[in-house]
Amino acid sequence: MDDELTVRPVGDRALLLEAGSAEQVAALYARLLAERTAGRLGEVAEIVPAARTVLLDGVARPAELARAVAGWTLTAAQAVSGPLLEVPTVYDGADLAEVAALWGVGEAQAVEIHSGVEYRVAFCGFAPGFGYLTGLPERYAVPRRATPRPSVPAGAVALAGPYTGVYPRSSPGGWQLLGRTELTLWDERRDPAALLAPGVRVRFVPVGAVE
Amino acid sequence: MNALIVLRPGPLTTVQDLGRRGVAHLGVPRAGALDAAAHRAANRLVGNPGEAATLETTLGGVALRALVGPLLVAVTGAPAAVTVAGQPAAWGAAVLLPAGAVLEVGPAQSGVRGYLAVRGGIAVPPVLGSRSADLLSGLGPAPLRSGDRLPVGAAPGPGPLPELVPLPAPPSELVLRLRLGPRADWFAPDVPVALAAARYRVAAASNRVALRTEGPALARSRRGELESEGMVLGAVQVPPDGQPVVFLADHPTTGGYPVLGVVPAADLDAAAQARPGTPVRFTVVRGRS
Repeated sequence: MDDELTVRPVGDRALLLEAGSAEQVAALYARLLAERTAGRLGEVAEIVPAARTVLLDGVARPAELARAVAGWTLTAAQAVSGPLLEVPTVYDGADLAEVAALWGVGEAQAVEIHSGVEYRVAFCGFAPGFGYLTGLPERYAVPRRATPRPSVPAGAVALAGPYTGVYPRSSPGGWQLLGRTELTLWDERRDPAALLAPGVRVRFVPVGAVE
Repeated sequence: MNALIVLRPGPLTTVQDLGRRGVAHLGVPRAGALDAAAHRAANRLVGNPGEAATLETTLGGVALRALVGPLLVAVTGAPAAVTVAGQPAAWGAAVLLPAGAVLEVGPAQSGVRGYLAVRGGIAVPPVLGSRSADLLSGLGPAPLRSGDRLPVGAAPGPGPLPELVPLPAPPSELVLRLRLGPRADWFAPDVPVALAAARYRVAAASNRVALRTEGPALARSRRGELESEGMVLGAVQVPPDGQPVVFLADHPTTGGYPVLGVVPAADLDAAAQARPGTPVRFTVVRGRS
């Protein structure tokens, strides 16, 4: 966890911090939020985590911040501090059988595998409130569907690559559908607007279908 | 409350302010006026703060009726004929719109985007701290339609100071400064030199998300996929076809194509007014500006 960060300037007012692993990104993001809360980060408008990077945008003094960040050491413990969200999930997705087959297990066991893991929202993208959740062991990574669906319903719990996601609203999508939740994950008129914000820990809890 | 009724929405007219900040980590684009200088000028002319919401028109103008009045309005950005109750009125200056009168903004004579400010601001309810329409993710008010009723806010403190906004000349060439990075190392070493010498044109597919350009393809030196990473306003992404794409206000918060460099925000106002076909030149800048 003590690899050095690569700091890349982005224009005049932003920095891209590149870390070696998803775990390091999680630790770096947690550290950045803590430093901002403590008032030690200076003026920064946006802190945007992604797969291997964290973008700092709207930075008043980028050169100064780049020097400070380059000296940080990150520990894994910094990452595991987010709140826990339970997502009640009906595992009846159209691709559950296909995913189970890819994993070489039955459908019931696939549900056990998927709901037996604690996830973490690594970052958001694609649409407001669409979180990319990590936590599933690498051997369960699945490809996207060859042909995306023109419409995936809001609340669909889905897999692609190493990530689990929950569609915050109906949209086209190429992820493998495992199930669905009744939780409203995104509501721009609610505070918080996004339940799946970066750093949130998540468990999927299997429930029966509601008639 | 004062209000404006939309009689003719034009091809694409949206409510815009300075956009959403502090929510990019949730996947929410910044949005906001594409030509921020013209938006601020329109607000100044009617005595509004810069963050008051205006209407951003696209090529075709707009027509509105004042429900109550008089309202103080101003049109900036792309030059266009302005009429009040059928009579010619000033472009780039504060104009009084009596109750019941129709304000008509004609097609853009040059440029693309016009800004219509009304004293008190367009007072639609803010979403995540902004009244801007975000056309990528559909947040904020939908583009104007005939019959829409736009609330107008209470007039802010002191009235405007007299001011004239200079009429912009139609740009014969769009010059965009480019600061290299963060992914210049994904491109062949001669790409910055080749880019500076090359001539591009604004592509017809340009919109509020991005200014697309067409010209010589930029060659990558690295194959493979870059994992998605955070994107900034003005980022120049290069997709596999090698044609540079300059991100504007409605750009996605993350993206997976390498960013060769970043155009400073000050140069993007002109980009917002560049019509398809306009020649584009990138000038690579080094050191801090």
